[in-house]
This record gives sequence, structure tokens and C-alpha cells, in this order.
Amino acid sequence: MSQPLLEVRNATKIFGGGFLASGTPTVALQNFNLTITEEPATITTIAGESGSGKTTLANALLGFISLTSGQILYRGQDVATMNRQQQIQYRREVQAVSQDPYAVYNPFYRVKHIFDISIKNFRLAPNKRAARELIEEALKVVGLRGEEVLEKYPHQLSGGQRQRMMVARAYLLQPRLIVADEPVSMVDASLRAMILDIMLRLRDEQNISFLYITHDLSTAYQIGDEIFVLYQGSIAETGHTAEVIENPKHPYVKLLIDSIPVPDPEERWDTDMRLPSEEELRMHADSGCRFYPRCPYRMDRCLEKQPPLYQVDSGDHRAACYVYDGSQPMPDMARKTQERVDHVNPGAV
Amino acid sequence: MSATMNTKADVTGVPSRRNVVLDVRNLRVHYETPRGDVVAVNGISFKVYEGETIGLVGESGCGKTTAAMAILRLVQPPGRILGGQVIVEGTDLLALDEHELRDVRWRQVALIPQGAMNSLNPVMRVKDQIGDAITTHDHHQEPRALKERILELLTMVGLPGRVYDMYPHELSGGMKQRVCIAMAISLSPSLVIADEPTSALDVVVQRVVAQTLLQVKQKLGVSMILIGHDMGLQAQLVDRIAVMYAGNIVEIAPVKAAFAEPLHPYTQLLIASIPSIKERKPLKVTGGLTHDLRNPPPGCIFQFRCPKVMEKCRVVTPPLRELKPDHLVACHLYNGASDEEHRNAAYVSTTSGSS
Amino acid sequence: MAIVPPEQVAPPPEPAVVRGGARLNRWDSPWLNPRLLIGAAMVLAVVLVGVLGPLFWDATLARAASSPLNLPPMWVAGGTPAHPLGTENSGRDMLALMIAGAPWSLRVGLIAAGVGILVGALLGFTAGFMGGWVDSVIRTIADAAITIPALAVLIVIAAFVRQITVETMALLLALFAWPAPTRLIRSQVLTLRERGYVQMARLSGASTFAIMFKEMLPNMSPYLAASLVGGISAAILASTSLEALGLGPTRIPTLGMTIFYSIQGAGILRGMWWWWGFPIVVLVFMFTGLFLIATGLDEIANPRLRGAKAP
Repeated sequence: MSQPLLEVRNATKIFGGGFLASGTPTVALQNFNLTITEEPATITTIAGESGSGKTTLANALLGFISLTSGQILYRGQDVATMNRQQQIQYRREVQAVSQDPYAVYNPFYRVKHIFDISIKNFRLAPNKRAARELIEEALKVVGLRGEEVLEKYPHQLSGGQRQRMMVARAYLLQPRLIVADEPVSMVDASLRAMILDIMLRLRDEQNISFLYITHDLSTAYQIGDEIFVLYQGSIAETGHTAEVIENPKHPYVKLLIDSIPVPDPEERWDTDMRLPSEEELRMHADSGCRFYPRCPYRMDRCLEKQPPLYQVDSGDHRAACYVYDGSQPMPDMARKTQERVDHVNPGAV
Repeated sequence: MSATMNTKADVTGVPSRRNVVLDVRNLRVHYETPRGDVVAVNGISFKVYEGETIGLVGESGCGKTTAAMAILRLVQPPGRILGGQVIVEGTDLLALDEHELRDVRWRQVALIPQGAMNSLNPVMRVKDQIGDAITTHDHHQEPRALKERILELLTMVGLPGRVYDMYPHELSGGMKQRVCIAMAISLSPSLVIADEPTSALDVVVQRVVAQTLLQVKQKLGVSMILIGHDMGLQAQLVDRIAVMYAGNIVEIAPVKAAFAEPLHPYTQLLIASIPSIKERKPLKVTGGLTHDLRNPPPGCIFQFRCPKVMEKCRVVTPPLRELKPDHLVACHLYNGASDEEHRNAAYVSTTSGSS
Repeated sequence: MAIVPPEQVAPPPEPAVVRGGARLNRWDSPWLNPRLLIGAAMVLAVVLVGVLGPLFWDATLARAASSPLNLPPMWVAGGTPAHPLGTENSGRDMLALMIAGAPWSLRVGLIAAGVGILVGALLGFTAGFMGGWVDSVIRTIADAAITIPALAVLIVIAAFVRQITVETMALLLALFAWPAPTRLIRSQVLTLRERGYVQMARLSGASTFAIMFKEMLPNMSPYLAASLVGGISAAILASTSLEALGLGPTRIPTLGMTIFYSIQGAGILRGMWWWWGFPIVVLVFMFTGLFLIATGLDEIANPRLRGAKAP
């Protein structure tokens, strides 16, 4: 059994709460576990809304912040204890594509600057000509031509072009894993498919795995292999993407998927369904399951301890909800969600 | 489905011939840049009927926000309104002077601009901000009547009464946005223009705010222009949809027809590229904006990207013509074309189509 | 009507630009900002006068007893074209004094402000990057230093130093020139540290130094330049004040020393306005030029001009 490429073990990150800091500590990420194998390359989606901890996870993987507890193991080696040589290798093999296709370019330089620094620092090419060839090859993968774009300044290119160049830059380094943090959210709808398509091709043709971090479940549904849905720092549900989205088990995930506007005027939202109020959306329990205040299925034991991931259905599909611990009959969630919400929160608006 | 859900418009997808609340005719807006004028809005015309919600969609840079600002004459230099008419209840807004215009703004037409929730004054309580909006455009109010009116507005948008005394930073994104909606409807306008009202919000909150808009529309009978690029949201909220490309309106259709049978090639592209949450299908890859907005080509604006482009398209600009009741398209494929060509132009599904 | 297949789509035709307002057509680059250009021209004029002046006018006339005494400028009764700006009570020719003196003031300003910015950059970058207690210490010291009344302290120090040279004075002034650049650079570093392109550089394996100099510094340059220019102005003012009080280098005919001599020689009482008038005119000219440069740079640093996003 080969070693996994990336393994995250019980990663926890707590902000604030130190000696000099003010305010209550925020648990951004809690006991997060994830394994990505080297073969075959996969696209793992980390889905969640704001405050779910997905950006914290991305930052920790890229080395911008350090974990409060837990480990990130790359090829079996703990990232925090790597020596200089291993660190350089890690930096090279784990690359990123970020959300804002404009901010990542230094406005002072032409766009080829981003390629130049990578090539120079990782010593990818012995001379200028070889470097140029590498760049052209990378650009070809994303459908751009060097002579069209390299000599331009960032503001002279479109958002789609800039984002594609970001992907080309990541590809240039021949990484094993690309952490893509909302790569298409700031790109026009018509260009999203192109960038997602590039990601798929890189996975299939170059064996590069992706960690696709997003809040948009529709795109995740189209390209993700595995999915982890985060809620306020913990995994709510995980499994094969198609299955989790078509058949969500965790109450939060179910609410999330119900809330996605279906692009079909024949299937409109049931506007009679009362939705949780804003306070409820922002509240979370301090101990136990974080979804407790809004959950139609809550029980007393949910407050005691954060539920572990229980197996639901087949395969890797797991949900962190006591409803699935196998000790009681599973309620029919399809009907219950609507009624219970009304009952549980009658007066609050 | 609730019986009170929507007006008659929804049943057939065609709004009945009621009053026209807004009549935009040939609106043109340019942005001056050192290297020539950017044609932001290139002579668009459309109508909004009483009680309906019309969606205005298009990719970024297509001019939808500029059009919304132009309707209310809020275009700032280097933008300039070059011409056209914006007729609200019989008066052309573009012909009014600043003083008369202020009467119309907010009372007849209100705007929820993009990023409105981030533009709330951080040092004023909610009650004062809404109160300000009311007293500026209406006369000075008696304090108790004003308070009641504000509380009523808060209830209408689904906010609890205690928001009245709160500061914007104490509210979440969705709540702030609903405060902005409350401000917009405070004077019971006949038309509300909402520019990307849910774009920065989480999915669940987005649904709450979207449904608030629906409720407001039902209870007040207000017409709405909903600007956005999220086709899913458009499908849920609007009665008719207007598609813009590079400053021109290329199609206006009842929403069901737009999704089921889009006529203009750009609309077809747009509909085909919506990722679905129901079935996994291969992604349809399309290109982006292809021409310099400073320099619109002669003929059809979409010619460089159109998979069905013809010789005529490069020379003659297709007019926006009503093809079927309430379904307008600006495309030569439908101008006196034969049945054969109609079939060629018909919407090709993603499984067999190409771009 | 034939339907053209997508591959044969013709490329866009040559741009037929719709002409916009004439006032915008002359703008090619934000660096060609009128204030910046005029200001730079003014300062350059002063430099040129100092450099080329001796080629056209006898510089030795700046020495004492080289010319007739107390002559008014040539357009006043009693003046002569041989000494167009008049002379003063030691027989020095005013024009020669201006030619000799003006560049000295600029030099002092440049050295003082230059050293100040170098020290400021060192401290500012350190504070911004390292954060923690290093940042707190540097920040507190800089904030405290700014509140010290520079001129008062300088007067005291200068009064004790017997033989003061221009370089010594410049270094003294530099003692007070570093806090403002330190604070500016520190705050810039804190802002830019979070920018996307800095993170991207880190991901690309760039070292801290490379990030500081290649990524951050170019984007800070308008602010740095404005700070430098402001520092030069302040240093010139401070040095001129010291000299006017008699605490400057006595052998060098700087503008400030000329003013000092005019006070000593009762130039005001004797109605010899040209003695202290022309130095002041030159000083005002320099300050105006420097101010215009700073304002011009301000406009460049304004985000409005920093590259609009493409559609």
C-alpha cells in the first residue's frame, strides 16, 4: 500500500485566546481529517460557507498559518518538522490557484513576472530560451499563447485570462497537488467551464490532484470526486460527490442543498417553507454539535459532544450526526425538515 | 404551492397587458477614456409592466449596472448618458431637472445598488438610516408615525423589531441587505431596481433574502428589475428575463421560454453553460468577450462569438423584434427567415451541441 | 444565406475609435502629471543654475572684497549691469552668491533626507516584517522621536559644535529625518504584506529579501519618493534656519549664511532689500518646486490611477 500523498490528521486551528489577544477564541477548524492518495489523481472538494474553515485549511496547507494542533503529513513527513530541502520540495509540489485573479499579480510588472520568479527560485530552466519554452508549454495547456499575453500588464488582460495564467503557473512547477481556493467565483459564468475543464484535464492527463475549495455546490457537483462539507470548522458530511449532493444525510447539508436556486423556472422554491432566522444562522453551540440551534432533529446528546462521522449508505459516505449512529430508526428526513422547522421556531422571526 | 404565490403573470409566463411602469427607449451611455469612448449601453429599449419582475442578465462588463444607474440618472463622469428616454408614469426622467428628479427618485423608482449592505453608514443606527431615507424624499414625519412606519417596514422584510436600534456592524450580511431592501421600499415606489442583491451572501442566507424580495413584491405589488448573473436565482424569481451582451439587449422573453427555448445564440450559450445540481453532464466550454468595447463592430454585436453567424450579420444590425407574444429577439436568424432556417436556429441541447 | 462555420470567423476589423472628450486625449501615462513635471523642472532649474552658472558668470565674485560694496540691483538707480543683482557689504556679488549658494541648500537637503530614508527603510521593513515586540519597540521609538522639537534641539547641539561643516549639519538633520519615513514604510509593509502577489511570491519560493525589494518596493515607490521630497524640504528649511541664526558653516556661502550676514550687517535697516530678498526668492522657488513634485507623486500613488481592471 503506497503512502498517501497528503494526510491531514486531526487538524485544529484556534484563533485568538492567547495571552495578549483580546476577545474570545474562535475555533476555525476542528479535528479535520483528510487523505489524498497519489494514484489515481482526484479532485477533492472542500465545500462550505463563510466561517466554515475552508480558507483556514487552505492557508494551513500552503504554509501561511500554523495549526494549533494536529498534523499535516506530506508523503509521510510532518510539514512542521521538515528540513530546508524537504520544505523546498513541498513548496514546489503543492501549489495554489487563488480566488482573486487580479490581486495575485504585482501591478508593477508584466504578467510574465509570475513565471519568472517561479522558474528562478526553483531552478527549472538553465537559460532564458529553455525558460521561455517551459512557459509556452504551460500556456498551451490552458489555451493561451505566449505572444498574446506575456508582455502585457495585469490590467490589460481579462479576468478569465489572468486566472488561466495562474493555473498555467501552477502547472509549470509540475506539482502533485494544487490547492484551488474558489478559482472560478470571481470569473464570469461563461468562462467558468473553461477553467474547470482545464482542471479536469490536468487531473486526467497530468495526474495532478486538486483540492477544490468552494461554496458553490453546482460546480463541485460537476467536477468533484470526493467531497467534504464543512460547517463551522467541522466536517458535516463526506463521501462521493454525486452521492452526497444527490442524497444528503446531514441536516445542515440538506438545508444547504435545498437552498440552492434551481435554474429551472418550472421548479420554483416552495415559498411557504419557513427558513431559519438570521440569528439562528449565526448561532452555534459552544460544545457539541455546532448545528444544534438550527437542527430539526436535535437531541440532548448533541450538546454533549461533537458527533463523530457515522457511516450512512454505502461506500465512503459519512455524516457527523447522532441520528445515524445506528441506535435508533432513521426518520424520513425529506418530509420532516419542513414541518419541524415550523414547530421548533414558532415565534422567532 | 401557495395560491398567493404569484400574479397572473406566472401562470402563462406572459404578463397581461397592464400598465407600463417603466418604458426605456433607446438609452445610450458612453464612458470616456483617454483612448476613445467605451460604448457601455448601446441604445437599449424595454418595458417593465406593473407588478412584474424582470431580470437583467449578462456577463460582467455587458452594461447592466450602467443601465440601472442611467435609469436613475446616477451615472458619474467619465460616464455620460448620450441619449434616449426613460419614461416613468408618463414623465421622461432624462428630461427633468435635478430638483424634479429628486422627487421621482426613491418615491417612484428606488435602487438597491451593488454592495449596498457594505454602504450602510457605520455610525448611524438602522432606525436613523431608514428614517433619513424617508424624510429626505418625503416631507418631515411626525416621530411616532415615523417609528411605526419603520417598524412596519422591518416586519415586511422579515427582520425582528430590535433591529430598529442596532448598528450595521451588529447585523449579519443578510440582515444588512434586508435593511437596504426596507429602505428601498420605504416610500412605496412603483419600481425597485435591485443590482446583484444576493451576490456576497451565503447560499442559505441568499435564499432568505431572495424570498424576502418575493414577499415584498407580492405584498406591495411593486415591479422589480433584478440584475444578476446567477441564472438559478433568476429562474426562481423573475417573470421575464432580458439578456444583455456588450451593451445591447439581445433577447427579452418570459422566463420559462427563455430557459426552455432560448432563441438568441448568446442566450443559448448562457443557458447551456449553467452547471446543474441535478445531473452530471460534461461542461460546455465557451469563450469570453471578444471585441474591444471601445469599438463595436458594424452589424450584430455578437458576430465574433456566434456559432451561427452569417454574412448579413456583419453588415446589418438586427433589430429587437417581437417574434412571439412578449418574446423579443435581435437576431437575423429570425428576420423573415424560412422554416428551414428556424429549425437550424433552434436550441441545440448540450449533448449534441458545440460552441 | 450561407451559415459561416465558426472556424472562418474573420478577425475584428481595425479600430475605428469613437472620439471622446478632447481633454482626455493627451494623457498617455500617469507619470506625465503636470504638477510633477513643473515641480521637477523648477528643481532642475536650480540645479542647472548651480552647475552651469559658473560657466557664464564669474564664480569668484562670491568672495568677499571682489566687487564694489553695497550696490543695488541694476534696475535701481545706482546699480550697474556688471553686478545685476547688486552686492552686499563685504563686496560679494549677489548673483554669484545665488549661483554658489542654492545648490548647497539642495545638497544638504538631499543628504539629510537621503540618510533619513535609508534608516527609515531599514527600520520600517524590519518592524513591518518581523512584527511582535521588535515592531512594538521600533514603532514606539519612532512615534516618540517625531514629537521632539527638532529645531530647538538642533540649535542647542549646533551651538556647542564649533567648526560645523555642511556634511556635519546634514547628518545632524538626518537625526530628525528618520522617524517619518520609518512610520510610512512600516505601514506600507503591513498593508502590502497581505496582498495576493506577495503570497504568490512566497508560494513561488521567493526569499524575504526578494519579496521586500522586488515585490513591495516598486509598489511603494511613489510614497517613498513623496516622503523623500518632503524630507528634503524640511531639511532645507531646518538648515537655513540654523544658518540664519549663525550656527551654520561660516565659510560656505549658503543661502542661509547670506541671510545671516544681512541680519548682522543691518541689511533691513539700511534698506538693502536685495541682500536678504534674493535668497528668500530662491528658497521659495525651491520649496514650491519640491512641493509640486510631492503633490504630483501623491496623485500617482492614488489608487484611482493604479491600473483599472479589464472587463
